[in-house]
Amino acid sequence: MNEKDRKDGFQPRQWLVEPDFVVERDPEKCIQCQVCVRQCANDVHRYDEDDETVSSDSSPCVGCHRCASLCPTGAISIKRSELDFRPHGNWTAAALRNVYKQAETGGILLAGMGNDQGLPVYWDRLLLNASQVTNPSIDPLREPMETLTHLGRKPDRLRLLERDGGVALATRIEPQLELQVPVMFSAMSYGSISYHASMALARAASEAGTYANTGEGGLHRDIRPFGDNMIVQVASGRFGVDSEYLNSAAAVEIKIGQGAKPGIGGHLPGEKVDGAVSETRMIPEGTDALSPAPHHDIYSIEDLRQLIYSIKEATLYEKPVSVKIAAVHNVAAIASGCVRAGADIVAIDGCRGGTGAAPTMIRNNVGIPIEFALAAVDSRLREEGIRNQASVIAAGGFRCSADVVKAIALGADAVYLGTVALVAMGCHMCQKCYTGKCNWGIATQDPYLTRRLNPDMATRRLVNLLRAWKLEIKEMMGGMGINAIESLRGNREHLRGVGLTDRELRILDVKAAGE
Amino acid sequence: MRIDAENLHYRELNERIRAAFSKNSAEVVVDNVRGQRYIGAGLEGGARIVINGVAGNDLGAFMDGAEVIVNGNAQDGVANTMNAGRIVVHGGAGDILGYSMRGGRLFVRDDVGYRAGIHMKAYEGRFPVVVVGGRAGDYLGEYMAGGVMVVLGRGSHGPTCVGEWVGTGMHGGLLFLRGALEPWQVGAEVGIAEPDDEDWRLLSDILADYYEAMGLEDPGFGRDEFRKVYPQTARPYGTLYAY
Repeated sequence: MNEKDRKDGFQPRQWLVEPDFVVERDPEKCIQCQVCVRQCANDVHRYDEDDETVSSDSSPCVGCHRCASLCPTGAISIKRSELDFRPHGNWTAAALRNVYKQAETGGILLAGMGNDQGLPVYWDRLLLNASQVTNPSIDPLREPMETLTHLGRKPDRLRLLERDGGVALATRIEPQLELQVPVMFSAMSYGSISYHASMALARAASEAGTYANTGEGGLHRDIRPFGDNMIVQVASGRFGVDSEYLNSAAAVEIKIGQGAKPGIGGHLPGEKVDGAVSETRMIPEGTDALSPAPHHDIYSIEDLRQLIYSIKEATLYEKPVSVKIAAVHNVAAIASGCVRAGADIVAIDGCRGGTGAAPTMIRNNVGIPIEFALAAVDSRLREEGIRNQASVIAAGGFRCSADVVKAIALGADAVYLGTVALVAMGCHMCQKCYTGKCNWGIATQDPYLTRRLNPDMATRRLVNLLRAWKLEIKEMMGGMGINAIESLRGNREHLRGVGLTDRELRILDVKAAGE
Repeated sequence: MRIDAENLHYRELNERIRAAFSKNSAEVVVDNVRGQRYIGAGLEGGARIVINGVAGNDLGAFMDGAEVIVNGNAQDGVANTMNAGRIVVHGGAGDILGYSMRGGRLFVRDDVGYRAGIHMKAYEGRFPVVVVGGRAGDYLGEYMAGGVMVVLGRGSHGPTCVGEWVGTGMHGGLLFLRGALEPWQVGAEVGIAEPDDEDWRLLSDILADYYEAMGLEDPGFGRDEFRKVYPQTARPYGTLYAY
């Protein structure tokens, strides 16, 4: 402890927890400009006015790289702490740290973003097909390539009538969402993410011809003009839900579960409920926004049907109603129940899905991977002859366009993107969203931090991502000799498994490479 | 305007009700209602529906200002996520009454089922009020975040008008319960007190409105007959987590 610290009453941390990261400052390069001091919401960097020096305390560093990214001279580097524990296969450093933390606080461990336990990513064990010689590949740069996707209930059969020498459609087509590219932004509430981040998602969805989901945080009045490209969510807390909210969007989604935290509700801490969040959620400022684990009006499939039709009545049957469930053990039967309850869309969120905050134990240990859930649901709905009655959206940790193409081949109609959209806006995956101190201005309501996310630039980056993925999706489709995404949907012949067991291949209903 | 609901599916009945209001009817009387669901769902202000019969589930769900009178009983989910308006039930009602209700008034003459008033909430000018004339089942006011719920226990055969787990997770709003209330009946997050002067003024106003809506003579319940259940903190789970 130096003289200055003693003067200020500075107390070193009493925790038994060593820092996760080491912040190194190159004294040759540092010009004492204090950018790092201003950028770090975790108070890693300090400026000593007497000594006119900047110094760092590594212990609160979350590894978000904000300071290193903005340091004008590249003086800062951030490394994983080299303070290793003696290696132990069972008692890993993470396991020990969790115990120390709980012994300090007596609280539930929290985590942000998706499961970080290194679960197998089955997308990486599935490979796509390509045409050679026969059924030649198609060049998407020169030939039309259709990525248009419609989400909603499709009729069992079409009835056509001859009229005035022509043919007219006599079957009523249920309301559909029309996507120019088969991906949408998944539910991220205003409150968990900032106003600018919410706005950028809405604007980008509108510009790219797809949809963004409000999550359960209500629909900010500034975002209502983008309603035609919004899906509004109805969750157990019913925050911000009224007739106007339901009717201002293109579709309504009932949130039953979330991949990062299946089976539990959500607690948005009062600190994040500022004036605008309070107005949008329609709850008083500073109160905790508590979402109960279940919807208390849904204890059965019949009750789910009741809420679906309640929403349909309140929106005059003009909007598709989606039901979002977490991928859990019996997901196929549950999804079948949702379809039979009247869902026009079923969204399935796998266990690698992200979150602003989830109990670590739940995030790391509950649910199943989206690959198996999706394959099981698509197979089950087809076996039951009800696959046409609802569209299926896959979600949960999608990283790139190849993941999307594989999901569509496995049976998804479209994919929800959450984490990857935040990364496109600048998220560096420090996984501390629940602290409200996001240095990138995304998962925070602190006005000093939210200013950092320029909504125009964030919108541009999201639109760029969707454009790039659309181009890549077309390339992959063309390579397979497919010129419409409809022909790829559920087309598992275009997938081959590597490094998978017989049983895994059977569940995925995919052949092994070489077959 | 009058509609005969006999043998009508709810979808057709509700379409006819909406059509009547779109043609500027001020009031629609629906006869022979036999449990048709979603009557008044999402309906906005200025409309008045009189239901003769048994109103089905989710009566007045998402309702936004209309008035509904039920001459008979109502089933589950009355006033689900209702934003504004008024529902008067001259009879009893089922489970999950007033779930997530954000505004308006809901008066029931007789008993209601389990889980009434879960997650009721208030915001600025919106302040939901529920009065139950008879008894209410378990889990009353669970996770309640705002508004007022009153249970009068009229015609009750026991000393208490409510069940167990009253106000569990409650973090806003107030319950006024007439008759005995033991600590084991309520959740850990609430306290029990006598209504103070301000409470009594609020309660008296609510009861005067209730008696008038019900066409009842004021039975003259005294302040000392009521117990107030209040949240002990607006942040019941603030210390749940390790940061």
